[in-house]
Amino acid sequence: MKYIDEYRDEALAQKIVGEIRRAVTRPWVLMEVCGGQTHTIVKYGIDRLLPSEVELVHGPGCPVCVTSLEMIDKAHAIARRPDVIFCSFGDMLRVPGSEDDLLVLKSRGADVRVVYSPIDCLKIARANPAKKVVFFAIGFETTAPGNAMAVWQAREQRITNFSVLVSHVLVPPAIASILQSPLNRVQGFLGPGHVCTVMGYQEYEPIADRFRVPIVITGFEPLDILEGTLLTVRQLEAGTWNVENQYPRVVRRAGNRVAQDLVNKVFEVCDRKWRGVGSIPKSGYKLRYEFRDHDAERIFEVKEIDTKEPSVCISGLVLKGVKKPHDCPAFGKQCTPEHPLGATMVSAEGACAAYYAYGRHLEKQPAQAA
Amino acid sequence: MCLAIPGKLLDVEADANGVRMGRANFGGIVKQICLEYTPDALPGDYVLVHVGFALGKVDQEEAERTYRLLQEMDQLQELEIPGVEEPTLARGSSP
Repeated sequence: MKYIDEYRDEALAQKIVGEIRRAVTRPWVLMEVCGGQTHTIVKYGIDRLLPSEVELVHGPGCPVCVTSLEMIDKAHAIARRPDVIFCSFGDMLRVPGSEDDLLVLKSRGADVRVVYSPIDCLKIARANPAKKVVFFAIGFETTAPGNAMAVWQAREQRITNFSVLVSHVLVPPAIASILQSPLNRVQGFLGPGHVCTVMGYQEYEPIADRFRVPIVITGFEPLDILEGTLLTVRQLEAGTWNVENQYPRVVRRAGNRVAQDLVNKVFEVCDRKWRGVGSIPKSGYKLRYEFRDHDAERIFEVKEIDTKEPSVCISGLVLKGVKKPHDCPAFGKQCTPEHPLGATMVSAEGACAAYYAYGRHLEKQPAQAA
Repeated sequence: MCLAIPGKLLDVEADANGVRMGRANFGGIVKQICLEYTPDALPGDYVLVHVGFALGKVDQEEAERTYRLLQEMDQLQELEIPGVEEPTLARGSSP
């Protein structure tokens, strides 16, 4: 087994769809939390294989999408400085701030570099002692161990010209926020498989109990998504709200303790503003005070920035699962991946960008049933 | 962003700073990865890798068990008479 191809088997996919058909007796709304899952669903057309009773709405789990405009503008202000080498994951480059994006800044002479891993920034910092190397540390719990290790190693190895601009976000408070919204339609969740590889799934159990929603920790391949959907539908039909693990080949209930330990040494929980959604209490990580020498926000003293979002954009409602990309008048017209107006079009994992990438903006929408 | 892919661990060694590192093969592409979070991963194991860090070992038994369960579902389904014609799984990566 290579753990990829086996989970893309089409004949088996049809059989699971048959099982879902057999299990379902009435309409249910399920949310897949992760942008990676959204991407798989749209790429393989999984939402269209499912019986009409089962609706998948797309969740907020795209860290590039939800990084606040203020934070992006701060990143740009730092990247513009001539004494800075600004490092970022590739999918952050085209995300528009209030004025520019990182690619535009690079074309104007800023030293902006794409890294595969945050640890690569340490090599860049060692090779450029006269420069300040700043890494844009975004991501969910999945990415936090990597970013924590970069900061930890910078301190261990006394690399003083390395800092991070931290904009980490956390899944459980976002799920709770969606369920508390008066507009909420979501009745069950396909939980975030890779977030739970790190964190485990114990922290989802009180959420499932409090809101009486089943949460099935789910992987990212087509068969994973379909099996996650089947398990969620079976729970909904049976009236149960357990946290179940569809993805036991990598997820254990307690998660990866070694990774959690380092994350907790480097980061602490803070309130965080989400692009398109607003501020959610205790929904992010910031650096602990002991690591202030590696905190780009402190080092560069970037002031609060006035930001503007285009008013036509409905990405906040898309991120909460209330609307779909097609509901937006700008989708595929003024708003495209080349000229995104908002959060969900800026990254390949955003729901709007995924719909666009697989041609759904070209489709005629059926008239709403009366 | 939370893309994490399984790779087969080829070797393990400490770097100059004592950090546990190794090389993993991802379907023919070999990359250097950090193994600090998977202290028990050994060459030959499959590890799940995200932004250059192995976040966990892929449990072979669980992987095979899940797959076997899905296949058994398949056999049960053979007894079913197909109703309506179903749409097919789109081939996202086909040319």
